Amino acid sequence: MSFSTLLRQFREGAKSVFRNGWMSVASITSIIVSLLVLGVFIMLVININSFADDADSQVQISVYLESKVDDALRDKVMAEIQTMPEVSEVTLIPKNEGLKEFKDKLGVEGKDLLEGYTEETNPIPDTFKIKLIEPTTAPFVASKISALNDTHPDKPIYKVNYGKGTIEKLFKVTRTVRNIGLIFVAGLALMAMFLISNTIRVTILARRREIGIMKLVGATNAFIRWPFFIEGALIGLIGSVVTVAVLFFGYQELEQVVAADMTLAFQLVPMKQVALKVGGLLLGLGLLIGIWGSTMSIRKFLKV
Amino acid sequence: MIEMQDVWKTYSNGTHALKGISVKIDRNEFVYLVGPSGAGKSTFMKLIYREEVPTKGQISVNGFNIGRLKQRKIPYVRRNIGVIFQDFRLLPKLNVYENVAFAMEVVEAPKKVIRKRVPEVLELVGLRNKANRDPSQLSGGEQQRVAIARAIVNSPSVIIADEPTGNLDPETSWGIMQLLDEINFRGTTIVMATHNKEIVNTMRKRVIAIEHGNIVRDEMRGEYGYEF
Repeated sequence: MSFSTLLRQFREGAKSVFRNGWMSVASITSIIVSLLVLGVFIMLVININSFADDADSQVQISVYLESKVDDALRDKVMAEIQTMPEVSEVTLIPKNEGLKEFKDKLGVEGKDLLEGYTEETNPIPDTFKIKLIEPTTAPFVASKISALNDTHPDKPIYKVNYGKGTIEKLFKVTRTVRNIGLIFVAGLALMAMFLISNTIRVTILARRREIGIMKLVGATNAFIRWPFFIEGALIGLIGSVVTVAVLFFGYQELEQVVAADMTLAFQLVPMKQVALKVGGLLLGLGLLIGIWGSTMSIRKFLKV
Repeated sequence: MIEMQDVWKTYSNGTHALKGISVKIDRNEFVYLVGPSGAGKSTFMKLIYREEVPTKGQISVNGFNIGRLKQRKIPYVRRNIGVIFQDFRLLPKLNVYENVAFAMEVVEAPKKVIRKRVPEVLELVGLRNKANRDPSQLSGGEQQRVAIARAIVNSPSVIIADEPTGNLDPETSWGIMQLLDEINFRGTTIVMATHNKEIVNTMRKRVIAIEHGNIVRDEMRGEYGYEF
């Protein structure tokens, strides 16, 4: 195809988008709705997954000691835990470091809250962070550590924590969200495709005469198909560009809200990290839906 | 050039439009197709430009076997056939120049060639000075001239004309006939269906008469032969 022909085909396709006015708007809107739902679900799944991954790699047992426990007893308990065959690593987080870590976590906004606490009045106890060789042994090891209390008269262990069931629950949630999302999106995409094929059918009906003359003077089917193909692709492209813009803007806002809210114990996956993949996927899908919709409606018309 | 051998056409509703037609039209001939309405003239012509396929028999046009033509080859056969209708079939939103250029654009002729060829053809049909008019601003005769220009712009070897003067007054009709004669003189085969007795009897050409799907008469320099 020559360049001027290509230009002509693009012009014709673009013209139809405008000529069909509200039909085009309806098609574009339906693409936006379906892709937006898809986009929100993708973002949700990405974040839950990253949270779950995080939690998984962090499967560890936290052991909080009583604040009265002295260094000697602390080291002794630590050594006892270290000898357990299931344990791969024990890290001690001393009181002071724990306080500092907590302050860091709260950030600038939370600084005032911990203002009064110094090393002497530190409310945070010594803590062991324990990594396991096999995360699934967590409940067993936790009870073994709790039992250590009985071998010491001072009962040095205040509390043993392990993320009981959280991870399993998370994975279950992710799976459910993904499945529901897929069904939703498939339905919406189908609707969008149907609307687009209808829009293009209107174009075809309006241009029946033109198509008839084109066929009569010997235009190839491919030549006739091009403008409709471009019309569909344009509708898909416009729809997905709007979707990506809305989604990313919304996500960025949300990211800031989450980052500012210190009651939340997690951060959203930074947008930079996902923008290219999610944006690309949505754009590609929008184009695909648009082109598919247009192809469906022309096929029947070209058989003469 | 155009050759039919025992061609039958039965439509899906059971109408037998053509019943065993055999005919040969040579290069550069001018043929009138006459006969009552519904006798099969239109089907005869539609078979030539492959709007319809024969139910039985063989048709060859410019060496192509029309009945067995592959779908994707149809456009290339049609580029060698110009078609003219009673109702002109111009695109109302395009002006005269654009209507003619359209036929070249869709066969992807280079822009340069289009810009040179379209004025030439408009000159030939006598509409050079009306290139920028819309079809609605033209008389019936002028609109048909535009349709003829569009039909010949890609230099086809055959022109199929389905009652080209059917909507025109006698004087205008003569102008169109002179134009077709000129095109024929320049080397294009013309097959024209008509009900115009005066034209057939005055501008003597080969006459093929079709009735009830059969050729009942085929004469060089023939007469119209019907009373209406």
